[in-house]
Amino acid sequence: MVEITELKKSYGDKQAVKGISFSVAEGEILGFLGPNGAGKSTTLNMITGYLSADSGVIKIDGTDILQDPIKAKKDIGFLPEIPPLYLEMTVLEYLNFVYDLKGCKLPRKQHLKEICEVVKIWDVRNRLTKNLSKGYRQRVGIAQALIGNPKVLIFDEPTIGLDPRQIIEIRNLIRMLGREHTIILSTHILPEVQAVCDRIVVINKGEIVANEKTEDLINAVDGSRKLVAKIVGPEDEVLKTLRGLGGIKTADVLGKRDTDSVSYLIESQERIDIRKPLFYALAGKGWPLIGLEGVELSLEDIFIRLVGKEKENEDKKTKKGGK
Amino acid sequence: MFAIYMRELKSYFLTPIGYIFCGMFLVVSGMAFAQSTLLAQSTGSVGQYFVWLIIIFAILIPLLTMKLFSDDKRNRTDQILLTSPVSIIGIVLGKYFAALTVFGVTFAVNSFNFVLLFNYGTPNLLSIFINILGVFLLGAAFIAIGIFLSSITESQLIAAVSSMGVNAAMILISMLASEVESSFFRTILKWFSVVDRFTPFTNQMLDVSAIIYYISLAAVGIFFTTRVLEKRRWS
Repeated sequence: MVEITELKKSYGDKQAVKGISFSVAEGEILGFLGPNGAGKSTTLNMITGYLSADSGVIKIDGTDILQDPIKAKKDIGFLPEIPPLYLEMTVLEYLNFVYDLKGCKLPRKQHLKEICEVVKIWDVRNRLTKNLSKGYRQRVGIAQALIGNPKVLIFDEPTIGLDPRQIIEIRNLIRMLGREHTIILSTHILPEVQAVCDRIVVINKGEIVANEKTEDLINAVDGSRKLVAKIVGPEDEVLKTLRGLGGIKTADVLGKRDTDSVSYLIESQERIDIRKPLFYALAGKGWPLIGLEGVELSLEDIFIRLVGKEKENEDKKTKKGGK
Repeated sequence: MFAIYMRELKSYFLTPIGYIFCGMFLVVSGMAFAQSTLLAQSTGSVGQYFVWLIIIFAILIPLLTMKLFSDDKRNRTDQILLTSPVSIIGIVLGKYFAALTVFGVTFAVNSFNFVLLFNYGTPNLLSIFINILGVFLLGAAFIAIGIFLSSITESQLIAAVSSMGVNAAMILISMLASEVESSFFRTILKWFSVVDRFTPFTNQMLDVSAIIYYISLAAVGIFFTTRVLEKRRWS
């Protein structure tokens, strides 16, 4: 459905995208991952025809975007990083404008109403977009992309700046849209990709560093698992026991001390589930295990493993941010 | 293109700018009309009034054009325009004709001023029509200049001030030209002067070269705007 071959783009001396190639099959939800400044938005802007590539070919459903931009653009619905809203218009005025702009042929009233209901903005249809909250603006941005029922939907960081409830709603919406559309979803939040995407393309410094099915990628880099365990017991002895337990690579005090319990960060060896042996070991000593949770790998973790170890120190600083 | 035209047209009146333009235009041109024809008690000297109009256009037309592209760039709404199945020339023309429509309609309303002249005598209708045509084309050229300047900045203020500056320069250039000694440079400067081009119209002559000049000026402004949008995609 979307085919990208040897795409290149430079801003002055800086090469933002260095010859990347990938394709998205029909009905697939592709996660397009990368840290800030990796070239994600540049690539998406080229796919949608907002920017021109220095070289390379972009085909949307077989149509080259350079040779027949009008036809190719008809097949794309695009939500840019900042929703392109005209703030002086009401939601419905704005959607009517986009409907005309795209030269949509579907029955107007019914089509717009359906879209408004899908993204849940029917209630605010007569409000000025400038008075809407960030979450609603984002939805209007999605609604705009859906007009004309394009085959390909491209979302550039659709959940950025939303509250957790809104993030979940938008993710569910994207998953639902994925049943009928081919979707490219750019993000730098890993759980988001895990939640909705079939396949992941990871881009770093303008180059593709991974292009795999979601589970394969997570498993490939998530070989060793990290757990945080909350244990009641003498700190030194608990540590000694943990470190002596087979399958555990490292164990350290996390520094979170409650009145009677201490949290430990435990990293297991690759592909070993240490939760059961851990429980029995602690139970045997009579130290209650009052909490156990997995630590999600952040995108930085994945990057370190994909790109190399050189950023390890930096990673420790930023991991908490979840970016 | 039509969708963009309609949106821009509505947008003028969803924001105060359309009302300000129409209001200021009608009030100021009315004052100029009263001063140059009614109070002067002369129906023969409408030419003076049209020179006033040119000056009013130079100041007010930038209000119409300042936001056309600068605002899109600042609010990133250019992304929806440029990723829609519309050609770049379609986008530029849609906006151009929206500004031209507001300008043209206001000017048409303003032209009812001339009806007053019938109270005092029999004005030369042909002369008035030729003047109106000339000054309208000049306004159309100013709009194209304003759109071009709006496309190269994100700031409405910079777009407006620079358009006013360029318009003023094109008016003043004729005065400067008369002072230049070299006839070669004088001819070149006069060639650029929108006022010198307008002189035949005040003398009731339908000067084809001037009409072509104004239309070309508008076309060049529109063409450069498309180049700016195209270039932005490549840089």
